[in-house]
Amino acid sequence: MKEELTDKIVENVLQGRRNQEDEGIEEDYAGEPGVAELVQQALDEGVETNTILLDGLSKGMELVGQKYESGEYFIPDMLTAAEAVEAGMKVMEPYLGGEGESDGKGKIVMATVEKDLHDIGKNLVCIMLKGAGFNVVDLGIDVPAARIVEAVEEEGAGLVGLSALLNTTMTNMEDVVKELEQKGMRDKVKVIIGGAPTSEDFAQEIGADAYGKDAFAAIKVAEQLLQAGGK
Amino acid sequence: MVDKPYNRLSREQIELIDRTSLEILEDPGILCFHEESVSLLEKAGARVKPTREGEHQAWWVSIPSKVVKEALATVPSKITLGARNPENKVILDAEGTRIHFGSGSETNYWLEVEPETFTSKKDGHEREFPLIRRKRGNLDYLCRSAHLSEQLENLDFFIRNVNVQDEDISTDNKDVNVFFASLNNITKPVIGGIADFNQLEQVVKMAEIIVGGREELIKNPVVSFITSVIKSPLQVVGETAEKLVSIARMNLPVVISTSPQGGSTAPIDEMGMVAQVNAEALTGIVINQLANPGAPVIYGAVPVRARMDDLHDMYGVPEFCHYTMACAQMARYYKVPCYSTAGVGDARVPGMQSAVEKMYTYTAVPFAAPDLIHYAFGLLEKTMTFSPDQAVLDNHMIGMSKFLQRESGIKPEEKDRVVKMIGEVMDSPYRMYARYARKMLRKGGIFEGFPFEGDSDDQDQSLLMVNRHLKELEEREPQYLPEEVCKKIFEQAPGLVSRLNPYGK
Repeated sequence: MKEELTDKIVENVLQGRRNQEDEGIEEDYAGEPGVAELVQQALDEGVETNTILLDGLSKGMELVGQKYESGEYFIPDMLTAAEAVEAGMKVMEPYLGGEGESDGKGKIVMATVEKDLHDIGKNLVCIMLKGAGFNVVDLGIDVPAARIVEAVEEEGAGLVGLSALLNTTMTNMEDVVKELEQKGMRDKVKVIIGGAPTSEDFAQEIGADAYGKDAFAAIKVAEQLLQAGGK
Repeated sequence: MVDKPYNRLSREQIELIDRTSLEILEDPGILCFHEESVSLLEKAGARVKPTREGEHQAWWVSIPSKVVKEALATVPSKITLGARNPENKVILDAEGTRIHFGSGSETNYWLEVEPETFTSKKDGHEREFPLIRRKRGNLDYLCRSAHLSEQLENLDFFIRNVNVQDEDISTDNKDVNVFFASLNNITKPVIGGIADFNQLEQVVKMAEIIVGGREELIKNPVVSFITSVIKSPLQVVGETAEKLVSIARMNLPVVISTSPQGGSTAPIDEMGMVAQVNAEALTGIVINQLANPGAPVIYGAVPVRARMDDLHDMYGVPEFCHYTMACAQMARYYKVPCYSTAGVGDARVPGMQSAVEKMYTYTAVPFAAPDLIHYAFGLLEKTMTFSPDQAVLDNHMIGMSKFLQRESGIKPEEKDRVVKMIGEVMDSPYRMYARYARKMLRKGGIFEGFPFEGDSDDQDQSLLMVNRHLKELEEREPQYLPEEVCKKIFEQAPGLVSRLNPYGK
């Protein structure tokens, strides 16, 4: 029964179905329970949150990642699956115990830097990170360096993700790194950057820890950085 | 399927061309070198005056409009081009808007791309470049092109695109060999010209063996023919007219293909060109219908423009599109299926020039919704050279063109869905439409994009990637004719060279 439920969660993550209202990639899913309903059912039947997370939601996302790498799935499939995972995580929230556990793989503060109003790339990364099991605090767009660092401190995040689309605003990423240094937080907080005009070289130039060339790279890099010493 | 054909010519302009062409056919009329055609036309009411053209007997024939109109009244507006695989049949409907793309032109040269690695003298880096070797056409290349054409999903019919120049092939055995090489390697409709009238019967016999008899062949014509019966301006060629009349009597589909050149063998201005090429196509149709009323015939017009510096043909120019699109409208007006042209590159090798020229005509011509668009795969240097790599690229560009012609998605029944979708997205945390894009993606509603995109910062790698894909396609198993059928064909069609038999001697 337990396995049946987690398998169904995996299946519905692959189909990108948040709830029973959603259509799947394939036909014939109309009215069937989606990830939210299945997670609730699993909880009601006493399945452990860790099992739901590992054997259902995370396993589903791993399969989605494999399908993306093999060319079967595309970005919209990944995002939709990540949304389904997020819907499941929301249902699980009240059942998760301590703070550490609720942070999943770790806490990340995300923001588009000051004077930049673009959020598509940042949103993609947020959705994917949530889908991958991170606790994401999204500060939105046009966020000054001081506010970003303040949020990192308040949230106790181990990682900050910065986004910019413009050549003219990407330089503001460096302000965040400097602000972290000034506040003496730099050794506790990792910085990852991304966005069309940025690059590996630019990340090194401004003293960031890593560059994510796309949302998938961002997840891998985030996992590595947090394992390597972030919170 | 073209959603709404683009009518460059108004109804008044179409009728004006019709009147002008009919006036031309009456006076000056046509110069005919085929006695039987003259006799058929005379019996139908044309006025005939014998003349001599050099060593040849000829006749000036004045065709009254009544004769043309009566002939047009018997032309079937729907024609089926048969195929070895019934799923690949092509149905032509002069009043419909379905377009089909095919190959064509017997090119003398085959371009082989051979990638080689070079070291830069400047930076010492090694880079791979696609070198291009020019080879003379032969039977082996023809088989390869037919096999490749089977693999290209946007190719709907096959016209041989390599001129075979093997030592053991002569006029006496060319037709049987080229038709067999084509039919044995592709299961889509095969259309072709006949070089030697004496081999027409043999080619038809071969097709009959494949489908199981003459009656079956008429129902499922796995071969159709092309006759260039007109030598522009307005001259009916004797031997070709003989083939046209015979094919009409066999009840097999035939394209009347006329290809005047604006600036040399036809007027360069749009009205002059279209009036003449239309008169020429009508002439072929009239002879075909007089030989056998109701025989399947296709209005074929390949009007090109002359280059002003050397009088060679030019295909990748706006005037070509004007002429060709007008002809498609004329054929539709007459309710005769239309054979048209797009995608010929004036460029000598695959590259920027060829892409510009080809994409331009792939975009414009289909808007006029002709039934058949030939010359569409791999042709370069006008129609002199075939490049299989270019054909793979063309397949992609034609896919874009087909997608472009799709029916619009703006429909009243979609309104509620759109409003609901936008409402849902506006109410969601990230306001993203990815979920809905995914549905379109799975339904084939999103075009794939350019599949040969490289990742180099300092060189265009497209041709290298195309070449890799071509090699994969060429490795696919050929769909040969069954062994029994091949055996029977080789027994009954003398002149076939044994190396074409996939089952050995």
